[in-house]
This record gives sequence, structure tokens and C-alpha cells, in this order.
Amino acid sequence: MQIKTVFAGFGGQGVLMMGYSFAQAAMFEGFHVTYLPSYGVEVRGGTANCTVAVSNEEIASPVASQPDYLVVMNNPSLLTFQTRIAPGGAFFLNSSIITGRPKRSDVDIWEVPTAEIAAELGNPRVQNVVMMGAYVKMTRMVSPESYLKSLKSILGSKKKAAMEINRKAFEAGFNHIE
Amino acid sequence: MSDKILIAGNWAIGEAAIRAGCRFYAGYPITPQNELTEYMAENMRRAQGGTFIQAESEIAAVNMVLGASSAGARAMTSSSSPGISLKQEGISALAADELPAVIVNMMRGGPGLGNILPSQGDYFQATRGGGHGDYRTLVLAPASVQELADLTMDAFDLADKYRNPVMILGDGMTGQMMEPVEFGKPRPRRYNEKYILKGAGDGKSKFVRALILDALRMEEHNWKLVRKYRVIEQNEVRFETYKTGNARLIIIAYGIAARIAKGAINRLRDSGMKVGLIRPITLWPFPAQIIRDTAERIDRFLVFEMSTGQMIDDVKLALEGRGHVSFYGRPGGVVPTPAELAKAIIQEYRRVLA
Repeated sequence: MQIKTVFAGFGGQGVLMMGYSFAQAAMFEGFHVTYLPSYGVEVRGGTANCTVAVSNEEIASPVASQPDYLVVMNNPSLLTFQTRIAPGGAFFLNSSIITGRPKRSDVDIWEVPTAEIAAELGNPRVQNVVMMGAYVKMTRMVSPESYLKSLKSILGSKKKAAMEINRKAFEAGFNHIE
Repeated sequence: MSDKILIAGNWAIGEAAIRAGCRFYAGYPITPQNELTEYMAENMRRAQGGTFIQAESEIAAVNMVLGASSAGARAMTSSSSPGISLKQEGISALAADELPAVIVNMMRGGPGLGNILPSQGDYFQATRGGGHGDYRTLVLAPASVQELADLTMDAFDLADKYRNPVMILGDGMTGQMMEPVEFGKPRPRRYNEKYILKGAGDGKSKFVRALILDALRMEEHNWKLVRKYRVIEQNEVRFETYKTGNARLIIIAYGIAARIAKGAINRLRDSGMKVGLIRPITLWPFPAQIIRDTAERIDRFLVFEMSTGQMIDDVKLALEGRGHVSFYGRPGGVVPTPAELAKAIIQEYRRVLA
């Protein structure tokens, strides 16, 4: 199997961290993995995205011309990527701010109101991890334990409180989606 | 669990260099290799006796490396295509002076300032010496972040062994992407003290000098270098073969292009097409013998490069008229998908083997 995911949103929404935390969790589980951040003539306040490929074999190209999963955190990302997703793939939509819906009938759509869920937890900054809870649950590529271990290694040991709120955010996203 | 860490190519070069004992780095910023300069700025301080300098220009950086190398440091500089052009005078001087140094080129689209996207247009520059004069640089072409790390460590040993500049020829994509890496154990440095300038004391004065005005002495220096290059050609060729056993068409590609080729080959093999890959890991010395040997069994070759066609010349030189060589290229910063390359291979396969 080889699964490619594009994570996309505004700069500042933590989309690169979403991709990195997932890629590292996949590495912990022994998969081959590549993580490719978008780079180019980007502007401040512009869009950011990254591509993560996970496979049980060597990965030929880290680029996803047809991603299997698309995690979109804002409207422009949906417009940019919706035509590229593979048939039978799935969208993970930040329904708090994305007003449109994909014009595709051959894919699954999972809506996650990340802002509302994060607000209930009292911290708007954990919206990306809320989304990752839903993503990890539905894609079943890595276990919640591996993902949380990855998250912990990113946050570092000095920030116990940060890990706690992020763990809650992950669980809230995980439990939100059925 | 192993000690793998998920790390970007540019950082992996920096970490591997420090682990290999690099204690002098000078560079000047240019995308897409800035993360390497950034890594050295941050981490050279934890290397005992380490020096990081952000130089005022690429030319200054390579000349600082020349100075540090002659004073006995394991030294490295890095840049991307236009910056590497600027360093050529210094690389020629390193070769003439027989000084070890590692030069990293994370290629981007060109010619000129071009763009900042991954490309392979600097093959000629890297493998033909690049600067003026009769000289060669060893050129290593990694195809993954793990290989970037491994070859960076090897590059320092090769540079010392042959007292010659070694170039790591990567591209924007291998520099930017992250993959799991396990860093190897560095070997102890074996470099003869007699080549190091550290003050003559009461002994005879020593020189590192490439200005040789006498023609016969300059000629002898040239032949001396060539004898060394012949030894390198004998000993240091590296390549990988992939599914060449029963292949009827062989793809030849290096670096990131070789990875894309593997993806294409896997697709084609699934539909019964007998396609294999030869991946040069050293671009100079070029793995000519394996290509020649392969041509005894298989006479169809397709060279794939992210350029308009440069390595294809070396393939033709290796074949000396044997076999048939075709080409597929995407220059200018375009990275084709394995699916796209597979289509090009199918066309060639059907045209010549149907």
C-alpha cells in the first residue's frame, strides 16, 4: 500500500506540524515515509501545504499528483486541491471556516468544526490537533498511541501543560467523528 | 525501535558533516539549500572547535574553505546552482592545490538565476570540473535523505583520501523533503599531517601553491593529477542496479530522477513490461563499465534526466556506439510523476520492442 495525504491551510494554522506529526508517527510504526513541505515564492499570510507519503515499500516520489486524502483547513486550499484528489479518496474539512463543499461525488467528506471544538477546550491554538484526531481515527494508518508519542516528541518534555491540552484536542477530534 | 529520526535532506547533510568531523563551514544563503546553512549556524557551536561563517559572498566562502582545509580542518561549503557557478574559481584552486573539501550543490532550475525548484541542469558543470583547467572533482549523487547523510560522511573520507574536492550533487527536492534517517558511525580521520600548514617551526617551510610559471613543472603537475584521477576511476565507481536481470529496456537516471524512474518501473513491471534501472551514484567517476557490460545482453537504453540531456553524453561514451539510446527530460524545475515517466517509457518500449 502507498497512501499520500496533502495537508493544506493558511500559514499559521499549523498544517506543516500536522503533516510532520503524522509522518513521524508513521515512521514509529515502521513505514517508509516522506514529508515534503511546499516551498516556492511563498508570501506571508499565504497558503501552506505539505505532502506525506506512507508506504510499506520504498517511496518513488514524495509528490502527490493524486492524493488519497486531503486535509483542508481553509477555503483557498479546498479550491486548489479538490480536483486533484484520487477517486475513492477522502476530504477532511475544517467546517468552522470552510463555506464551500467539494464538487466531487466519488469521495468521502468528513467535516470537523475545529474552531468550536477547540473553543470548548479553551484553546483556539489546538485546532490542527483536533483535526488530526479525526484524521488518525478514520484513516487507520497509525495508532492513536503512535500519534500521541509523535506529538509528545514534537512538543518536548518541558511543556507538560501543552501536551495535556493537545492530548485533549486529539481525543476530542477522535471522538467527534464516527 | 531503531534510532531513526525524521529529518530534511539539508539538515541531514549538516548533521552528517558534523558527525564526520567537519569543523569549518562557510556559506552564503540561497534557496533551496538555506536549511543547511541554518543548521550549521545553529549546530557548529556544539562541535568542539567548530567554526561557522556566513561569508559576504559565495566566492569568499569557498576561499575560506580553501584556507581552512590547508590549515588542516575538515571543511565544507554549500550552495545552489548560481552560487556554485561563483565558487568555480575556488574549486579549481582546491583541485590544483590538492586540498580536501566538500562542496554541496542542491541544484535548482537554470540557466541564469532560473528558479528555486528542483532540477538537474548542473551535470556538465559538476562532472567536467566546472572551473578552468584540467581537473576533476568526485561527484556523488544521492537519491534519498538517508543517502544524503551516508554520502556526506563518505565525501569527507574521499576528499582526504585523494586530497581532492568532492561534490555532493543533490537537488531542491532531496534537500527539502524529510525522510527517516539513521546516521552511521564516523570513521577516524586518516589524513597525513605533512600536508597541513601549521607553522614550519625550525623545519623547512611548506607551500600550498598552484601558481606554477614553469611550463614543464606545470605539465608534470597536470600529469600527476591525472594519475590520481585514474586511481579514482579504478577504485571509486558506485552504482545501483534495479530489476535489470531479465530487462529488455534499461532506464539510466540519477538522484531524485532515479527514484521517480523506480516508481515508473514498478508500475510497468506490474503490467508485464521488462524494464530495469541503472542508477549512477558516482557521476564522476562515471559507472561506464556496468553500462558497457549490460549492453552485451540488452541494447535498448532510455536516459531520464531533469534537464535537456547531459548525462546522456556519458552514457553514449560508455556504450561506444553499442545499443540504442533515447532520452526523456524535464528541465527548468519540473518534477515529473512516476506515471508521466511510465507513459514515456511505454512509448519507447512499444516502439522498439513490440
